[in-house]
Amino acid sequence: MEARSLASSTAPSVGRKVLFEIRRAAGKWGLVALLLAFPVYFAAHDLFIGYGGFANGHATRVHDLTYLGTNIVQGISNGAIWALIAIGYTLVYGIIELINFAHGDVFMIGSFTGVSIWTGIGLGLATSTLGLVVGLPLALLVCMIVCGALNVLIERVGYRPLRGAPRLAPLITAVGFSFILQNVGLLWRGGSTVGVSDLVRENKTVVQISGVVIHRADVLSVAVTIPLVILLGWFVSRTRQGRAMRATAQDPEAARLMGINVDWTISLTFMIGGALAGAAGLVYALYETTIWYLQGFEAGLIAFTAAVMGGIGNLRGAVLGGLIIGCIQQTIDARVGPQWTPFFVFGLLIVVLVLRPQGLLGEETREAG
Amino acid sequence: MNELRAQLQEWRVAIERRLPPWWPRALAVLLIAFGLVLPQLFSPTNNFINTEILALTYVMFALGLNIVVGFAGLLDLGYVAFFALGSYAFGWLGSGWFYKAHVHVLVHGPTGTLPGIHLNFLLILICAGLFTAFAGAIIGVPTLRLRGDYIAIVTLAFGEIIRVFALQGPALKIFGMPLTGGELGISGTDPPYLPGVGMFSQLNIRPWYYTIFVLVLITLFVNVRVRDSRLGRAWIALREDEVAAVSMGIPLVRTKLLAYALGAAFGGIAGAFLGAYTTLIDAGEFQFGFSIFVLAMVILGGLGSIWGVVVGALLLANINYYLIPDVFNSLPGDLGLNFNLTDLQVSIFGFLLVIVMVLRPQGLIPERRRKLELTEGIGESELEEPGTSWAGVEPGEVVQ
Repeated sequence: MEARSLASSTAPSVGRKVLFEIRRAAGKWGLVALLLAFPVYFAAHDLFIGYGGFANGHATRVHDLTYLGTNIVQGISNGAIWALIAIGYTLVYGIIELINFAHGDVFMIGSFTGVSIWTGIGLGLATSTLGLVVGLPLALLVCMIVCGALNVLIERVGYRPLRGAPRLAPLITAVGFSFILQNVGLLWRGGSTVGVSDLVRENKTVVQISGVVIHRADVLSVAVTIPLVILLGWFVSRTRQGRAMRATAQDPEAARLMGINVDWTISLTFMIGGALAGAAGLVYALYETTIWYLQGFEAGLIAFTAAVMGGIGNLRGAVLGGLIIGCIQQTIDARVGPQWTPFFVFGLLIVVLVLRPQGLLGEETREAG
Repeated sequence: MNELRAQLQEWRVAIERRLPPWWPRALAVLLIAFGLVLPQLFSPTNNFINTEILALTYVMFALGLNIVVGFAGLLDLGYVAFFALGSYAFGWLGSGWFYKAHVHVLVHGPTGTLPGIHLNFLLILICAGLFTAFAGAIIGVPTLRLRGDYIAIVTLAFGEIIRVFALQGPALKIFGMPLTGGELGISGTDPPYLPGVGMFSQLNIRPWYYTIFVLVLITLFVNVRVRDSRLGRAWIALREDEVAAVSMGIPLVRTKLLAYALGAAFGGIAGAFLGAYTTLIDAGEFQFGFSIFVLAMVILGGLGSIWGVVVGALLLANINYYLIPDVFNSLPGDLGLNFNLTDLQVSIFGFLLVIVMVLRPQGLIPERRRKLELTEGIGESELEEPGTSWAGVEPGEVVQ
């Protein structure tokens, strides 16, 4: 890369200069412009062309922003779940530069565990609100512990022996663990989607703001995500262990020389990532009310895209990326059709990497340079 | 453990010293002869030969991916795209899918009068190779500025996008005809016809076996020649240190794109062959798992090591398509357990990947050049250290 930019600076020509400037501008603003283009286009579409809706009991064309608002509200609540998973990817990538392919499946195990626990402690459709208020946080806690422990175990067995091995080796063990977890899920609940009891009545309206309905599920996912993200942000930036994590991410060797227990720090990172995936799993089960053994694969790809878009290794980036991907996904699901959503999500991912490899909030890294 | 390893190493060196210098060639001739005789030992519809046809197709896929990942060091997680495009190239050019067209080139027998595009089988293979090479180069363009894992993500994204198009093909129309068959697939493909062999059929799978065998031999030949050519050395130079390679005058864009194109071409030809063999081009097959399966073959065998990749591909394909479902499937039942081994297929496969990688991260047969690079100037005791560098990463940098 350096060699090419050097070559272009030693032989300057007007055309090249202009091209270079365009490329720099595209790198700086292209992505933001592209992301803004989505809501602007759909807003204009809704306002001027309108969309099919109901007014006074009969079908008509409506010209307002309610539809887009609904898309965005659902996108944010769905994106909050992706954000929790994306944090796991970004933490692990930040600290050992590994795409943890098993992470999505840890999330799936989180969902399965969550459902088993709440049925185990007797939560059902008949449970009172008080029961839910006590029972669900308990289930959440157990989920987080189980998935955190699982992730630490995977790291201990599959990745730690491979420090110093070729970089692709841990990637393959990650894939191996992903397969193992999928098989566990398959044997646990069978090969098709399983409906779970809708404990929180996710479709009940909480509040309606100028036509945009906010459901209980939306409130739930945001209410679980925000405290966890704040807690994590505090942990990483304020505590001694958090500082050790940042130091290890920057330079493991130097961190070791400074007396940081690198192995322990990496285990801790995996535990946090797993715990967040577990929380996301439980919320997902309540939010979607269906679970199946391959949900982790899809969610993993989406969350990973989110992490890359936000700037991999960057916590705030992962959250932002999750929310953006959630919004895009919900909008495309509702307007174009869910079968085309992967095309838009992955197409966007390619555009992000071409225009701004370091992501929205990431810094330039050696890899993305 | 270390003593055992040292002992094994000693034995290997002793054995290698006693063998005459032409032993690799003799071994190759023996293996080829074995491969040629093999189908004659079984009935023409034997399931084992069927597995070997699949396994050889996977060898071709893995050798293609090895060019991209092993030689040029560009981690490609979307190799399934070329399988899909190659298969569709066969479906489009060798069936009645585009029913409004009437194109017949060098086809034999009743196919010559059917509607649709019908090309000679060998022509289709060549077209599939060219088509996927072109697609590979296009997919390569956005990755030119990127390195390492970012390339993996872009290729993965392309693989998924192609899958979306494959699945949604029936809704996309070209001249009023659907693009793909979606999950129902493109069926009714032409059986290949070769002069001297006749029409291929499922009643005698030997011709299929020999076709893919010859294709694999061609692929091997091209791989070995390219690896030792100027281009192959340029790939390795780029893999080891991009900046240094570019400042030495290696054309970055052309070299990288050629790696993508050549790797994709082999994937496309193998995909076209597989499409012809299975007679159904079904979008449900083009999943991310395929890319991972082939990548696992390459890494298990040893990145960049041609013979390692062949062994890795044969091993994994046989385990997955023959040993687990056919040979050992009833084993738990015989032991008095009430499940089949196929229930655990995915996790056995995953478990194998983990075990092999933990025990032998450099792959079964590591590339000699990499081994030399690593051990140069280091004491003998370092020989077994799994420290091969992977391209896109500065040499010496390790996963912490």
